[in-house]
Amino acid sequence: MYSASDLRKNLRIKLEGDPYIITEFNFVKPGKGQALYRCKLKNMITGNQFERTFRSVDNFEAADLQEKKMQFLYTEEDRYCFMDNTSYEQIFLTADQVGDAAHFLIDNLEVEILLFEDKPLGISLPNFVDLVVTKADPWAKGDTVSGNTKPVTLQTGYQIMVPPFIEEGEKIRVDTRTGEYLTRVKG
Amino acid sequence: MADAFFCKPSLTDLSPKKLTGEDSRYDEGWRLAGKRETLRLRAEILHSIRRFFRERDYLEVDTPILIPAPAPESHIDAIACGFQYLQTSPELCMKRLLAAGYPRLFQICRCFREAERGTRHLPEFTLLEWYAQGKDYLFLMEECEALLRFLAVTLYGKEEITFQGSRIDLSAPWERLSVNEAFLRYGGISARQTLAEDIFDEVLVSRIESRLGIERPTFLYDYPVELAALARAKPNDPSLAERFELYLAGIELANAFSELIDPVEQSRRFEEAQQQRRALGKSPYPWPERFLRALSAMPPSTGIALGIDRLVMLMTDRAFIDDVVAFPPERL
Repeated sequence: MYSASDLRKNLRIKLEGDPYIITEFNFVKPGKGQALYRCKLKNMITGNQFERTFRSVDNFEAADLQEKKMQFLYTEEDRYCFMDNTSYEQIFLTADQVGDAAHFLIDNLEVEILLFEDKPLGISLPNFVDLVVTKADPWAKGDTVSGNTKPVTLQTGYQIMVPPFIEEGEKIRVDTRTGEYLTRVKG
Repeated sequence: MADAFFCKPSLTDLSPKKLTGEDSRYDEGWRLAGKRETLRLRAEILHSIRRFFRERDYLEVDTPILIPAPAPESHIDAIACGFQYLQTSPELCMKRLLAAGYPRLFQICRCFREAERGTRHLPEFTLLEWYAQGKDYLFLMEECEALLRFLAVTLYGKEEITFQGSRIDLSAPWERLSVNEAFLRYGGISARQTLAEDIFDEVLVSRIESRLGIERPTFLYDYPVELAALARAKPNDPSLAERFELYLAGIELANAFSELIDPVEQSRRFEEAQQQRRALGKSPYPWPERFLRALSAMPPSTGIALGIDRLVMLMTDRAFIDDVVAFPPERL
C-alpha cells in the first residue's frame, strides 16, 4: 500500500484494476488549503493518459506487475533484444516500449523488464548508468567554477549538458530518470 | 521523531551523496557556481525590500523562531522541536506587537512547515510579513504593486519582468478578481458549490491558478469566510472574508488579510481548526492564550505574508524553488 506522500514520478499503482505509471508528479498546496498531489497517469496497457489530483488521506495499491532482471543484448531494426541470464530465454521489445531508455542502453546493461501477465510492457533502467563521452570540446583550463555547461555526445549517441571539465573518453554517471549529468566517474 | 524533519525525496531533489557516493571534487563547486548570479540577485532583492519598508516607516523586527504554540490551522503542520515548535509564520508575535501599539512592522524570517516539498515548496523557507495599523487589505494591494514595481525597477530598470518566456507587466492597474468570479469564469462552478462538494482546493489548483497573473499580476480576493481563519469578515457580507492572494504567472506569491481582531470570534475559529486537525488525525496545537489575550487590544490592522523564495524565482526567471537557494534540503 502507498499513501499519497509516497507518490512520485515513475511509481506504478493500481487504479480500477489497471496498472498505471505516474509520468508527471507535483506537490501543490494552495495558501491555507490542503496538500494535494497532482499526477499525470498513464495506463500501462492502453497507453491512455489522464491527470488526477490526490489528497494526503488517499491510499493506493501497488500495481501487480512482475519485474524480471534481464540483460540487453542488441538491437535489430527497431526491436530490442533482452536475455534472461538464468534461463537464457530471449524476448523482444519495440522501440515504443523501450522509449527514452534507448538513450542509456549499453551492451550487457542489466535492466528490469516489466511484465504484465507474461507480456513485456516496458523496461526500467537502473537509476544511474555510467556512459563514455565519445565527443566533447576540449576543456579550457581554469574554467572550473564558471557554472557553465557544454554539450557532449555519449556512446549511445545521446547528447547531454555537462560541466566544462569533462573531456572526451571520460566516463560520466547519468541519472536515467531525469536524463541529467550527475558526476564524473573515475577510472 | 527524526522523520518529522525530512521529506521524501522526489525526482527534482536527488541525493547523490547517499545514492551514488561522493561527488567528484569539482561537482559541488560547479553546482554552486551556477547559482552565483541568482544568489546575487536574491541578496539584492532582500536589500531592496528592507530599503522599501524603511522608506515607508516600517520597523523591522525579528521575533523568535522557536515558539510554544503555532496558530491553529487545519492544513499547516508545524515541526515539533523539543516541547515547542518551529514557527510556521511569525504572525502571532507580530500581532502582539501591533496590539501593543507598534503601527507598522515588517519581518524577513525563516519559517518551517512539515512535509511541504515540491517545485514551489521547501520545508524551510523565507517569508516576508508586514503589518499596518488602521488600514485594510485594499491598502496592501497598493503596497504589493508598489513593492514589486520598485524591485523590478531597481533590478532591471523597468516596470516589467519576464518569467519563463512570458512578459508580466507590473505597471498599474493589476487585475482584481474575486474568488467567486474566478471560479465561475475558469472553473464553471461557484466557489460555494465547490465547498459543498469538498473540492475547493482541487478546482483551484487544477483549473484556476494557472490562469492567474499571466499578462499582469492578479489579486484573487474575498475568500469564503471558512477559508480564512485569521481574517475579518466583510461588513456587508459575512459569508466572505477580507482576504486576498497575489498571483504572478500562476504562482501564488502572497496572502493578505484585513485582520480579525475579535478574540471571541478568533477563539471560535481556532477551536474549529483544532477539531478539523483531530478529524484529519493530526494532533491539535497548544492553545495560543497570550495571543488571544493581546487580540482584544489590537487596533484594526492589515497584514500580509509573501514568499521570498517564490519572489526570487519570479524576479530571476527560475522555474524551480531549488534554483534560488544555495542548498535544497536533500543536498545538505
